[in-house]
Amino acid sequence: MSVQNPAASKSELTLVSRETQVKEWLLAALFFSCAFVAVLGVALIFAFVGWKAWPILGEVGFGDFLFGTVWAPSDGSFGILALIQGSFVVTLGALALGTPLAVGTAVFLSEIATPRIRSFVRPAVELLAGIPSVVYGFFGVVLLRPLIGELTGSVGFGPLTAWIVLAIMIVPTIAALSEDALRSIPMGIREASYAMGATQWQTIYKVVVPAAKIGIIDAIILGMGRAIGETMAVLMLVGNAPQFFAGVGEPVSTLTSQIVMDMGYSTGTHRTALFGMAAILFVISMALVLMVRLLSRLRD
Amino acid sequence: MDKRITNNIAVAVLWVAAGITVAVLGAIIIYVFVNGVRVLSPAFIFTWPHGVNSEGGVWPTIVSTLYVTILSMLICTPVAVLAAVYLAEYAHQGRIVSIIRFAADSLASVPSIVMGLFGFALFVEAMGFGLSMLSASLALSLLMLPIVMRATEEAIRSVPRYIRWGSYGMGATKWQTVSKVVLPAAAPRVITGIVLATGRAVGETAVVFYTMGQAIWLPISPLESGRPMTVHLYLLAVEGINLPAAYGTALLLMLMILGFNLSARWILKRYRKV
Repeated sequence: MSVQNPAASKSELTLVSRETQVKEWLLAALFFSCAFVAVLGVALIFAFVGWKAWPILGEVGFGDFLFGTVWAPSDGSFGILALIQGSFVVTLGALALGTPLAVGTAVFLSEIATPRIRSFVRPAVELLAGIPSVVYGFFGVVLLRPLIGELTGSVGFGPLTAWIVLAIMIVPTIAALSEDALRSIPMGIREASYAMGATQWQTIYKVVVPAAKIGIIDAIILGMGRAIGETMAVLMLVGNAPQFFAGVGEPVSTLTSQIVMDMGYSTGTHRTALFGMAAILFVISMALVLMVRLLSRLRD
Repeated sequence: MDKRITNNIAVAVLWVAAGITVAVLGAIIIYVFVNGVRVLSPAFIFTWPHGVNSEGGVWPTIVSTLYVTILSMLICTPVAVLAAVYLAEYAHQGRIVSIIRFAADSLASVPSIVMGLFGFALFVEAMGFGLSMLSASLALSLLMLPIVMRATEEAIRSVPRYIRWGSYGMGATKWQTVSKVVLPAAAPRVITGIVLATGRAVGETAVVFYTMGQAIWLPISPLESGRPMTVHLYLLAVEGINLPAAYGTALLLMLMILGFNLSARWILKRYRKV
């Protein structure tokens, strides 16, 4: 048998009709365009939110918008620094409360729980993720707010209430992803640790958790994204006063909650500023996703 | 300290962490259930709210929620499933695929308020759909897209290789293999993903707030406005004049989402045995 030119042999050996080939090619193109919808969606969000927010740069100026300390739209003052601070205060507090709980739950699920207990706790974690944020907010308003109010001697709206509710809300995100990371660690690593006489806890914190470190960090970053973008629950709990953080019982406002507060009646520059805040939120959430990507590249 | 004692303490702490997580879920469910079940009645479900929402039921909000959820499911599913088929079966790993994945991940983490304002700017204002079921469904389907995409892709990837080889070996084309062999085998997990994404859409508030509006209205055509249950619950909670109705709405919402979750589980379990 003589050696043939591979390209020539390919065209000679067509097993299907030309028509079928065209059909297959068209279908592949259709699937590709469906996949491209995701890219298109992100591009459209970027374009439309950016387009609506763009005038703020001319009307207020980037520096005065981002670093202005007074948010008083009726006086023509559009500084969002207090709102940015509010967003980060609320998010970081919720992370501080929620992360230990979530990672603890994840370690429990992957290392300690028997299959029977796991089959009960894991669905509970997933159900917790499914509860709508407005229900969490409502729960916080009717049950937690009065308790916190008594505790801090205020009306109960403020960072502390938001921290607790948001911490509960990010537990399922962080726990589920961390558990996946922990379970992807090969069994042999644990067995080697036990074989050397290590206890279960020594195996967990010296072997398993360090091995799953990047996956757990990913989970925490995504939990942070969820917390910073959370709208309804935060809106119902922080008190919505655009001022700097003054105490756990003093109302603050966040980027997300202030958008909802003002969107209904805003016009002109005010509305532009709200879209500017949405653009900032979008950039933050994209940056967090990018961070996760870079981390996973690090792992590989 | 003896390492055994340390171990026992640490394990106990982990038990407590998981216990708190489960207890919180239990507390929320029990609290909403106990307070909500008192107002839950056929009259509450099937009548309209009246008297500035201080009396009456929630019927139009249930219809609006179901309407927008089903519509967004219909919009999202074909695109998401075919997109996943592309990623899992057709795509060569390269720059374009990594851009698509990054876009899907970004979409999955877009804050819902940003999606709401985007839907408002594009669908409500620029495209002229107004505050309507259609605008809300388009925005929601964009939110559901990455969830269904990921579930479908994982489902397709979990279909064993040799099933495909069997199909190709019989002379099937790629599309025949995908449509007649791979997708049916992946169907239960795909459906599970769709159901879970739908549950997410039911609970979404900020997006529908700016794309559907809050008119108490029984929507017939996709261009009509309405008020979803989540927005109704938010308004009831903020107004504070009719808390029993708020509990009732919260309970109905939770029951709906619980229903979605349980049916997703049931589908998975049922077909895994076969």
